[in-house]
Amino acid sequence: MLDAIGAGSIDDLFADIPAGVRLGRPLDLPAGQTEFEVFDHLAALAEKNIHADREISFLGAGMYDHYVPSLIDSIITRSEFLTPYTPYQPEVSQGGLQVMFEYQTAIAELTGLDVSNASVYEGPSAMAAAGYLARLENGRSKFVVSTAVNPQYRETLKTNAHGYGAEVIEVPAVNGLTDPAALAEVIDDDTAAVFIQNPNFFGSIENVGELTTTAKATGALVVCVADPLTLGVLAPPGDFGVDICVGEGQTLGNRLDFGGPSFGFFAATKKLIRRMPGRIAGETTDVDGRRGWVLTLQTREQHIRREKATSNICTSQALNALAGVIYLSWLGRRGIVELGELMLKRTAYARETLSAIDGVELLFDTPVFREFAIKLDAPVDAVLDQLALDGINGGYKLGIDYPEYENGVLLAITEKRSKEQIDLLARSLASAVAATNSSVGAGA
Amino acid sequence: MTVNVTETPMQAEKATTIYEKSKPGRRAATLPALDVPDREVADLLPASAIRKTPPRLPEIAEPEIVRHYNKLSRRNFDLDSGFYPLGSCTMKHNPKLHERAAALPGFSRLHPLQSSDRAQGALELMYNLEGALSEITGLPQVCLQPSAGSHGELAGVLLTKAYHEDRGEHRTKVLAPDTSHGTNPATVTMAGYETVKVATNERGGVDIDDLREKATTDVACLMLTNPNTLGLFDENIEEIAKIMHDVGATLYYDGANLNAVMGISRPGDMGFDIVHMNLHKSFTQPHGGGGPGSGPIAVSERIAPYLPTPRVVKEEGRFAYNFDEPKSIGRLRGFQGNFGVFVRSYAYICSLGAEGLKAASETAVLNANYMLEQGKKKPRVGKYLPVEFDRTAKHEYVLSAAPAKRDLDIRATDIAKRLLDFGYHPPTIYFPLLVDEALMIEPTETETMETLDGFIDALETILEEAENDAGFVQNAPYTTPVRRLDEAAAARNPVVTQDLDQLA
Repeated sequence: MLDAIGAGSIDDLFADIPAGVRLGRPLDLPAGQTEFEVFDHLAALAEKNIHADREISFLGAGMYDHYVPSLIDSIITRSEFLTPYTPYQPEVSQGGLQVMFEYQTAIAELTGLDVSNASVYEGPSAMAAAGYLARLENGRSKFVVSTAVNPQYRETLKTNAHGYGAEVIEVPAVNGLTDPAALAEVIDDDTAAVFIQNPNFFGSIENVGELTTTAKATGALVVCVADPLTLGVLAPPGDFGVDICVGEGQTLGNRLDFGGPSFGFFAATKKLIRRMPGRIAGETTDVDGRRGWVLTLQTREQHIRREKATSNICTSQALNALAGVIYLSWLGRRGIVELGELMLKRTAYARETLSAIDGVELLFDTPVFREFAIKLDAPVDAVLDQLALDGINGGYKLGIDYPEYENGVLLAITEKRSKEQIDLLARSLASAVAATNSSVGAGA
Repeated sequence: MTVNVTETPMQAEKATTIYEKSKPGRRAATLPALDVPDREVADLLPASAIRKTPPRLPEIAEPEIVRHYNKLSRRNFDLDSGFYPLGSCTMKHNPKLHERAAALPGFSRLHPLQSSDRAQGALELMYNLEGALSEITGLPQVCLQPSAGSHGELAGVLLTKAYHEDRGEHRTKVLAPDTSHGTNPATVTMAGYETVKVATNERGGVDIDDLREKATTDVACLMLTNPNTLGLFDENIEEIAKIMHDVGATLYYDGANLNAVMGISRPGDMGFDIVHMNLHKSFTQPHGGGGPGSGPIAVSERIAPYLPTPRVVKEEGRFAYNFDEPKSIGRLRGFQGNFGVFVRSYAYICSLGAEGLKAASETAVLNANYMLEQGKKKPRVGKYLPVEFDRTAKHEYVLSAAPAKRDLDIRATDIAKRLLDFGYHPPTIYFPLLVDEALMIEPTETETMETLDGFIDALETILEEAENDAGFVQNAPYTTPVRRLDEAAAARNPVVTQDLDQLA
């Protein structure tokens, strides 16, 4: 091959790299290994982690241990879905493009909004992307966000907003819910968007209708973060008049993967479609009249519009969105309602059972869906450590983000947590709280 | 030549959506029985919060779901089935070991908020990957958080902003060559800066005089790809770096083309402050038909204090998170990033090692130059598809179909569509914008000489077909699941969801 090129050696092909910027030594990395050596090394690393099958986990707070049905892996590991690039050549990408169209349909139907894109990175950055859209749409400079919105979403919004000079104002939650009066106080005619979450970070059901009406009074866009898996039972945000609905799609057939890859979803009213970020598949016909799909409205996108693009996003999360639409097909019209109701009833049971324990009370008395917060009359770290000894992950420490809830714990009850496991948690929690308190007492 | 428009069996099959296959009462999911006391939903939720009618998801059984998506999969072209020389996208083989490793329950079933002392293996993997990427880029600090290349770019420009703000400087412009990826200027706007284009010289590199003129003290950053999108290494890189550093600007390296220089030349040694890497390009994450990817960044010491949090740190042999970085720009997304991608890329680096990574880049460059030269020797490819800047290429090169358009009346897109009939994925077309009728070809290191020869032969055949009958090429493709699609109609009247009312 070198002869064909007319080069004497491989090094000749790199002659244009100035001596001053050549490495001139081997990379300081270990030597290559065989496939089985690499697998053994990775398996050993994996073995060091306590994953969700090695404990009974009540941990949620943004990602959830829902069951991922077997057909998903069997489909998404097919080379034809796993290994193509973004569908730049639609004639040989009809599979992927039709999947996007089916996915967009499902997201629009679940959220009660007109249009959906084909996915964005993940939940928190999806909310930040909604902020950027609002800013492009109305040119205003303030974002108002409830502190009942997941802290990682708020932090991501702040990071992004700082870039283009928008201000983020937080409205404190009261009793686990966004306070409409406090919201009304801070929004004005320079508010670009108001951000709420339902169910919110504490698992509580917000009054989306009232908050939306309040937020819209000054013409701000309303962005609602939602979990699509709850929308078989919960009313679609679009029905309340929200402009944009975004969120994390992991609950739809995506594995935990230590936080990613999953996907973010992004749905909006028809009016906003030309400002949406990311890929959108649209239906059309070929020269012979056959039905087909293409990437459409590309004049929004970075490869066409460059500095005037509505977003810089290029690669998003197509394979994860495929898992999402397979999951929704598997669950189906009735399954999503049944699953939602099961979680709702088990969560109600767990809440009653745990709050009956001495030294445990509900942090908030709001309606909840799959997640709820408790307050321990005991040091939270010691209690969670004690639960871990019983093989239970007791949930998320709210004090990490909310100093005022120092002894608060957030627990998630997915369909994988049975009554038996909830009862086990209750017994373990009761003895952990009692033991921790008596040892604290003994020490004092 | 008569155009054979006989319909293929796949073309004859009418595309049907999963919603159109739905029949009331069918289902796939089985769910656990209710094992707690039954309650009325209305007793647990306020009436206004309850959905009135179930969402119209498909009603369909598992065998039909599997068939539906398997059939759809056959309407895709994919890297495991054929040559995919899509310039700038580095479509190299995705080793199968990686899928198996990423699926290990210790990774795939690990909750991102698991406490660090119970996720030591995951943190160790991240720590090791950061170390390897630091060595490959020649920059001391790495953050794995960004979700894709463009997300890494946003991180990089926001880091630049934080760096200058910390020094009390307010800068307003970011420079980018006219050959840059579209994500660069789009990112610049999102980070609150104005993009200023820098011209390209006759060698395909940055026009140094133009750069000198535009490199003023209100410039925050120069975003550069090297080798650039023409596939050319900028020989003046040291001078470029000096010009930018002299005005106090940072230098940002778009790592989309890192596959050309691994183990050979490092962005850090070229003077760059910030680099993003596309783990879904050089480091073998399968692209998934449009993601997931991952876009870690590596930075110099002066940028490190501003990196996103949390950082992974090693203390006395244990791994932990550090959230306490007061100057950090904050989070770019939830959790730690696309960890599943980290597993695959780490497996790749472990498999290849120091020598293997260098050999990968060398072979990628060898393959590109081989194709370039073999093409030139072909009577028609050499004549109608000349290379725009005739230098030794790096991992990719750009041809211009302008002579083909002028002499044969076929455009770059016609050649691309006809390549589909030959079983190839076409190169990137109409990019970089600088080159008229551009065809950007990146073979990667994992292709054989026979494959490269076959592709050049196909180009030659297509040009010969066009000499005989331009219309034949203009009307391609003929054998794909659908033929040329009406993109204008799709944009004029967007149908982006199925009308479920009509199906009811």
